[in-house]
Amino acid sequence: MAERRGLICITCPMGCQLDVLFDPQTGRVLEIEGHGCKRARSYAQKELTNPTRMVTTTVRVRGGMWPLVPVHTAAPIAKSAIFPLLRELRQVEVQAPVRCGQVILANGAGTGVDVLASRDLPAMDIVSLRNICVGRANVLNRGARRDR
Amino acid sequence: MDYYDVIIIGAGVVGCLTARALSRYRLRVLLLEKASDVGTGATKSNTAIVHAGYDPLPGTNKARFNVLGNKIYPQLCAELNVPYSRQGDYVVALSQEEMRTLEELRERGQRNGVPGLEIVSSDQVRRAEPALTPKALGALWAPTGGIVDPFLLTIAAAENSVANGVRLLLETEALGFVEEETGEREEETSERKEGRRIVGVHTNRGRRKGRKGGTFHCRWVVNCAGLHADEVMAQVGLDGFTIRPRKAEYYVFDKAKSVVETVLFPCPTPISKGILVTPTTHGNTLIGPNAHNIEDKGDRAVTAQGLAEVLRGARKLVPSLEPRDVIAVFAGLRPSGSTGDFLMEVPREVQGFVNLAGIESPGLTAAPAIAQWVVEALQDHGLEMEEKWEYNPIRPGPPRFSELSRREQATLIEEDPRYGRIVCRCEMVTEGEIVRAIHAPVPARTYDAIKRRTRCGTGRCQGGFDTPRAIKILARELGISPLEVTKKGPGSELVKRCVAM
Amino acid sequence: MRRDVAVIGGGPAGLAAAIGARERGAHHVLVIERAEELGGILPQCIHNGFGVEVFGEDLTGPTYAQRYIDRASELGVEALLDTTVLEVSGWRRITATNRRNGILEIEAGAIVLAMGCRERPRGTLGIPGTRPAGVYTAGTAQRLVNMEGYMPGERFVILGSGDIGMIMARRLTFEGARVERVLEIQPFLSGLMRNYVQCLQDFDIPLQLSHTVVDIRGDRRVEAVVAAEVDPNWQPIPGTEELIPCDTLLLSVGLIPENEVSRQAGVELDGATGGPYVDERFQTSVPGIFAAGNVVHVYDLVDDVSHAGDIAGASAAEFALGRREEPTRRVRLRAGENIRYIAPQVLDPEGLRRGAQRLQMRVRRPIEAPVYLRVETRRRNRRKKGEVLVRRGLRYVRPGEMVSLTLPESVCSQVREADELWVSVEERGG
Repeated sequence: MAERRGLICITCPMGCQLDVLFDPQTGRVLEIEGHGCKRARSYAQKELTNPTRMVTTTVRVRGGMWPLVPVHTAAPIAKSAIFPLLRELRQVEVQAPVRCGQVILANGAGTGVDVLASRDLPAMDIVSLRNICVGRANVLNRGARRDR
Repeated sequence: MDYYDVIIIGAGVVGCLTARALSRYRLRVLLLEKASDVGTGATKSNTAIVHAGYDPLPGTNKARFNVLGNKIYPQLCAELNVPYSRQGDYVVALSQEEMRTLEELRERGQRNGVPGLEIVSSDQVRRAEPALTPKALGALWAPTGGIVDPFLLTIAAAENSVANGVRLLLETEALGFVEEETGEREEETSERKEGRRIVGVHTNRGRRKGRKGGTFHCRWVVNCAGLHADEVMAQVGLDGFTIRPRKAEYYVFDKAKSVVETVLFPCPTPISKGILVTPTTHGNTLIGPNAHNIEDKGDRAVTAQGLAEVLRGARKLVPSLEPRDVIAVFAGLRPSGSTGDFLMEVPREVQGFVNLAGIESPGLTAAPAIAQWVVEALQDHGLEMEEKWEYNPIRPGPPRFSELSRREQATLIEEDPRYGRIVCRCEMVTEGEIVRAIHAPVPARTYDAIKRRTRCGTGRCQGGFDTPRAIKILARELGISPLEVTKKGPGSELVKRCVAM
Repeated sequence: MRRDVAVIGGGPAGLAAAIGARERGAHHVLVIERAEELGGILPQCIHNGFGVEVFGEDLTGPTYAQRYIDRASELGVEALLDTTVLEVSGWRRITATNRRNGILEIEAGAIVLAMGCRERPRGTLGIPGTRPAGVYTAGTAQRLVNMEGYMPGERFVILGSGDIGMIMARRLTFEGARVERVLEIQPFLSGLMRNYVQCLQDFDIPLQLSHTVVDIRGDRRVEAVVAAEVDPNWQPIPGTEELIPCDTLLLSVGLIPENEVSRQAGVELDGATGGPYVDERFQTSVPGIFAAGNVVHVYDLVDDVSHAGDIAGASAAEFALGRREEPTRRVRLRAGENIRYIAPQVLDPEGLRRGAQRLQMRVRRPIEAPVYLRVETRRRNRRKKGEVLVRRGLRYVRPGEMVSLTLPESVCSQVREADELWVSVEERGG
């Protein structure tokens, strides 16, 4: 028995309101209305069978300029894995310095996707933080290795 | 030693100026305040005007002490290093009937002893204030009217008092009084009359430690409890006087949109001086207040109707005011006494008690004169007042980075690098000023206390940029966790818990 | 201290300007930043969606910033951190302060203003009620959560469906808080639809359009807000009030370009944008002072900000090296039907000879139907009829989505003849 659902397509900022008829057993899209282009169908298909999301959050840091470092999943993960991943990340603490792109947690929540640091975070004690006034733009790279 | 010559209840502008006036003499003075900071009652939320004195009815306390107080202000603010300016008032008439009211006001003012009052033409007032409505027919010019920062005056008076030996206890509420029976002979009839004397104050201090402590003994109590002065009176058995809160709502405008240089009043009504348009000592334009009696002494919520009323009223004087230029709104409560005048007495029914109640407008203006009256009253009733040679009326103001010259700024930073870090960008307030306020003789322990002392958070962004930084500074300087930093005392913590826990 | 180009603000606009200036040949380029690190607002924007146009990748804010910081570092751009500009004189002298150096005087060959914007606070909305702890703008809350590591509260109501508000709704939910409601005074979403889906819909956070907060309750700390529906004039409809218990109110109700320093430097500001008048090379009304990024007008995409910063930095370098030709004529751009503002506001017709010119604008009212954007010339004497230079078809226009329009090189001669260019929205007939 086919089911109907309304979805908002987010492939582009237009945000077409889709009216989707789909087979609840297989998730296959049968009919679609309200779309402005062809991409809506594959978006709807994915949302109904295997919705995924990029996850961004923060992880605690020891001895860094800030107490947290922002992190992101290297690729979108299944929606159902979001909160399990967040719970797992809450147990993680990283030692500064942290390098942009560094793997903070491999295979987060069993998704096969790594969680990476979103920026360099230098090691910094309070005294250094006080003396931060002058430097080259690369002052933040003090203590973090570059290889690009 | 918990024994004092005088205990003052309430560290508002009246209480702090009274403490200061008494600190000139060799007396043990205790100043009690139930909130976490001085001046958080009526003192904090008013129009900040130093009235010339043409409005109160001649013969009233209001009239007498308004004019006396006004004269004291220039020297007082110079001694305490408090922002004050005497730019003069215009009371604006918008109709012929109001022009006649101006005449009445001028006469009244003259009877009250107000100098320099003059009726000026529409052209004259509009030349002085181009933003004034073209409908103005004329104005009463009162050159002795001025503006002050009421909170800074209060904190300065409190600091000067403490420097001169007054003991200030914050978060200390007067809960009741210790009375003694006195037997006295009435002079005329030689009858023995039973009397009562206040000899001590019970407070909430020391309760926390489990013991019933916190009672302070004294020879005199001065009631400066503002909104709650009638409750204090009831506690010592004086009734027949009630205080009803009358709400006052205000708008504050962006400094860049300042439109007036002098204080503009409409013609007054029987219950209030009306909705003014005034500059503040910090360069903003302030409009308000309206006046509505309410029941709850704790209700300082601004209301949509109230704000609309204030804007309408202010636009009668300055039509160009735009809501989009507003940066803040607030409300205050006037402690309106049931007699309509200041109640200032040394009551016969109970001894050892100086009663000040119903100190609403022009209370701020009258405060220094009221303080003097308290000193005289105590003297008249037998309290020995020996002047202290070491009394120092001068209280040096804290450095305001934004007001210093570049050279002074450079020197300041060299002495203390924390003055080189701007925390509040809109008002140019430095970390050095904030740290100093936290460790001052009357310390700032909350975000709002810092705000009142340094102007941090009062600018265009209203704390958007400085709040996270101010929280860190308070936590560091007070040696507490950022989770314990509050906006205005316990219960108003700014952040609730740590992330990722 | 003397520098060829001084950039005030080390966010995406400032970094791009510094890099652009160096790449154009300026020798000593200095960035002055009031925070303890470079990146501006980006370090706290930990979500993704940045860099799709510039890098062809979907990056987080901090990563996007890191790319620019690394490039600036490679090029030897200097930075003064924890340093606040106090004053800029028209002669391009900057006075700044920091803890180590005290008062600094910097003479610059050219200046780029890149101070970004600030958030509209509660006071400007005049929201009635008490003034307890727990009322924050969304950006301040974002900083507290993402940088300092503190939750401002546990139970939130968010006023404003701007992107920052929606992003924070998700972030707070990730941190275990409850977002009770998002209220939007307009009858349409303020931010991007994708954020509605991924930040609100995904977590069953209700959004109410045509609603606002009419009262805040709570003496020391927020205890509840009162929400109400509004009519088309934004006036609360009596009888629709609803008490929503919460302990924090987040405001996401608008961004205002931060032009304290600009104003005081004598730069003329456009009332429609809140930022300086700029020409197509991002020079302000003061020669040698340029401006780019959110300080000029509020952008949607950081990629566009970087692009503007690059142009401004290049122009600043040219000026500092004495290579800039001041235009002899300027054509004024005017906002016509349904256009709230345009940037740049002023154009050098000869600039079109060098290349096509991009105009950016926002509409006043949304139209969820195909429209045209039209640019036409006008002459002051009105005798000669205006000519339509460009007509661009769009599928819809929304105030929350900035629109670009390109003036091709081919219209150069027509622009030369004009005094003004008017940009308008034209509804497509039929």
